[in-house]
Amino acid sequence: MAVLQMQRISICALKKDRKAILEKLQSMGVMEINHVLEDDEDFRRMDTANARSSFEKAAAAADRALELLDEYAPEKRSMLSSLAGKELVETTIHNEVVAHREELLRVVRQIQALDKEKAECKADILKLENRIESLVPWLPLDIPMNISATKYTSVILGSLPGMADMQDVYEILVEHAPDVEGVDVHIISSGQDMTCVAVVCLKTDEQMVETALRSKGFSRIQQETAKTPAQETEALDRKIQETESRITEIEQAVAALAGKREKIRLLADYYRVRADKYEVLGEIPQSENTFLISGYIPKKCVAKVQRVLEHAYDCVIDIEDVKEDEEPPVLLENNTFASSTEGILSSFGLPQKGEVDPTSIMAVFYVLFFGLMLSDAAYGAIVSIVCGVLIMKFPRMESSMKKSIQLFFWCGLSTLFWGVMFGGYFGDVINVVSRTFFGHEVGIPALWFVPLNNPMKLLVYSMLFGLIHLFTGLGIKGYMCLRDKKYMDFFCDVVLWYLLLTGLVLMLIPSDIFASIAQTEIVFPPVLNSLAKWLAIFGALGIVLMSGRANRNFGLRIALGAYDLYNVTGWLSDVLSYSRLLALGLATGVIASVVNQMGSMGGKSVFGVILFIFAFIVGHTFNIAINLLGAYVHTNRLQYVEFFGKFYEGGGRAFHPFRENTKYADIKEE
Amino acid sequence: MDKLGIVYALLGAALAVLLAGAGSAIGVGIAGQAASGVVSEDPGKFAKVLIMQLLPGTQGLYGLIIGFVTLSKVGLLGGGVQDVPVQTGLMILGACLPIGIVGLISARAQGKTAAAAIGIVAKKPEQFGKAMLFPAMVETYAILALLISFLAVSNIQI
Repeated sequence: MAVLQMQRISICALKKDRKAILEKLQSMGVMEINHVLEDDEDFRRMDTANARSSFEKAAAAADRALELLDEYAPEKRSMLSSLAGKELVETTIHNEVVAHREELLRVVRQIQALDKEKAECKADILKLENRIESLVPWLPLDIPMNISATKYTSVILGSLPGMADMQDVYEILVEHAPDVEGVDVHIISSGQDMTCVAVVCLKTDEQMVETALRSKGFSRIQQETAKTPAQETEALDRKIQETESRITEIEQAVAALAGKREKIRLLADYYRVRADKYEVLGEIPQSENTFLISGYIPKKCVAKVQRVLEHAYDCVIDIEDVKEDEEPPVLLENNTFASSTEGILSSFGLPQKGEVDPTSIMAVFYVLFFGLMLSDAAYGAIVSIVCGVLIMKFPRMESSMKKSIQLFFWCGLSTLFWGVMFGGYFGDVINVVSRTFFGHEVGIPALWFVPLNNPMKLLVYSMLFGLIHLFTGLGIKGYMCLRDKKYMDFFCDVVLWYLLLTGLVLMLIPSDIFASIAQTEIVFPPVLNSLAKWLAIFGALGIVLMSGRANRNFGLRIALGAYDLYNVTGWLSDVLSYSRLLALGLATGVIASVVNQMGSMGGKSVFGVILFIFAFIVGHTFNIAINLLGAYVHTNRLQYVEFFGKFYEGGGRAFHPFRENTKYADIKEE
Repeated sequence: MDKLGIVYALLGAALAVLLAGAGSAIGVGIAGQAASGVVSEDPGKFAKVLIMQLLPGTQGLYGLIIGFVTLSKVGLLGGGVQDVPVQTGLMILGACLPIGIVGLISARAQGKTAAAAIGIVAKKPEQFGKAMLFPAMVETYAILALLISFLAVSNIQI
């Protein structure tokens, strides 16, 4: 349970070792680069923006090529492969890739060029198909399409809008060009939208004929081919086939490059790492012969860095504590169990400067409450087994994913525990099966009690758990006050509240209302009763007097104190909020028994058994899924709103070390 | 008139399932529209927005729970229908109302909140944990209603 203490490390070394030191730091990955030095005459920053962007481009090109490879030659992947994490690669393979990087980049470019060509081919095919489409009405024409004249006659090929027959065309000509004689009209094809015609006339009449036809919306076709439409269509079809076979070739060519996939992945990672290195290189101040690099480092890693660097290079390493006004990045360190809830904490916010890391305390309550909400032994076993198998099967799982799965593993165990306590095994499946199919009912009795039969008891316990949770939160606040030596705050904001709340709870327990909830009457000795009263009164008075202590105006101070006392209602609603522990537990149990009941409706028959198995699998899968979600959401809420509300703000900045930030593979350490 | 007790009890069960279920259908529908919008832009967020969409669905389940407990209370599920006096029937009807009405209203409100939270997931996927909390806040009141309905129904003596 700790936020790792950060220190500032500054390394000053010779420029000749610059590359080696940077690479060493990057592969160690323990330092977050952060420079406080202002611009100086002697120290300048290098402009690495160009180099960096070219590396980034290379990495992006490699990524794109990998996407294309996936498109052309999909890799077989199981649904769980996303859990597998990054591969571990031998150094020799990595070195080989680095040595042949230019060659690999050429492959990357080739893949992209091939893909571009394929897109162009596809566009060409589309164009060709359009052209074939436009030739369809002209297919009956059996003369070359670019023909315009013979020795004495003109041939006018074109289309008229709408449907027309030979009669119509002659009528147009008679009406608009009455002087023309000897016109030969052929209807090539006629459709709803247009009519294709070939008109033969004397060359001298061409102008008049065309003008006449134009007045009815005639337009000549624009064709430059010396073939007949049928021949042209055939030629176009051939071209399409050629282009299609080119596409197949391209696809095969790209697929043939799939073997390079591994190497291209390493290449992408190599350029990514290099781009990061150049980013840092651009930040560090450099003089003529030396350079300075400065940043945050966890205290426990200092010795290692010193040992490694001072041994190998001429350099000066300066370690100092983080200054008061600086806000260092936050890195948490917890044992295996507690670290599984780090993801939950960081999605609320990492601890701010001065705050304690509540992870390990939260982890205990988290797992406990999660189990209470799901509370079915069989469900818990399933969740734990699945998570356990996943963790075993994918040892190199990405760390945050691994932590979440670990968390569910623990939550599953806790669910198993509460399930046994409350006697829930797939709801009441044992009772239902034995009653329906074997005639006499048996069941596993609950180790503690069955909430469905005695919900009030669990309600009281839920609130008790809640009170413990909330008191723990207040206790952590007290611890922080004591640690920072704010004894006044500790007394006024923590102790007084403890007194008031303990007094109120002790007053509530012997009351009628509690007796009716708990269904047992608890009688305290009179001493305890009056002690409770005095505790509450003392606490309340103290809060009224002390809460507004920052104010000098006495009236205002009392008013603020009274307002703070109003927070008692907040505590009440916080405690009541834990009733969801009961409600969600009941929900799991009741829905499970609805499923079992539905399954048993077929009675004792072959059909009944089949129905039962079907309802069992579908129903319980659904129930696990929906209640896992519910338990997850509401456990989070209890931590975030009720628990953290008492002491925790969050808002710290995560530690982002300078490291080899690869995407596909990690390189084995030598 | 004496036979009306069981009718009231059944009416209560029906109202619990009907109102809460209708509310969940509306809520999940509202959230689903937002979720579809996000997935059309970025199919990779499917799992996250699906979880968000499911959040207003729980009220329907709470309604189902109360309906089921009521039905088995009056013996409609086991076959042996109990003789329910009118007064008890009305009491059961009353006990079913909290989850019915609160379920209806809160599921609708939660649907809208879930739709807004899906907006957070679309723009800042890393804030998923916080985004999920806002719809969960609304759900608290459905849980409280479930609790009262459940305690009331299971404590009414027939």
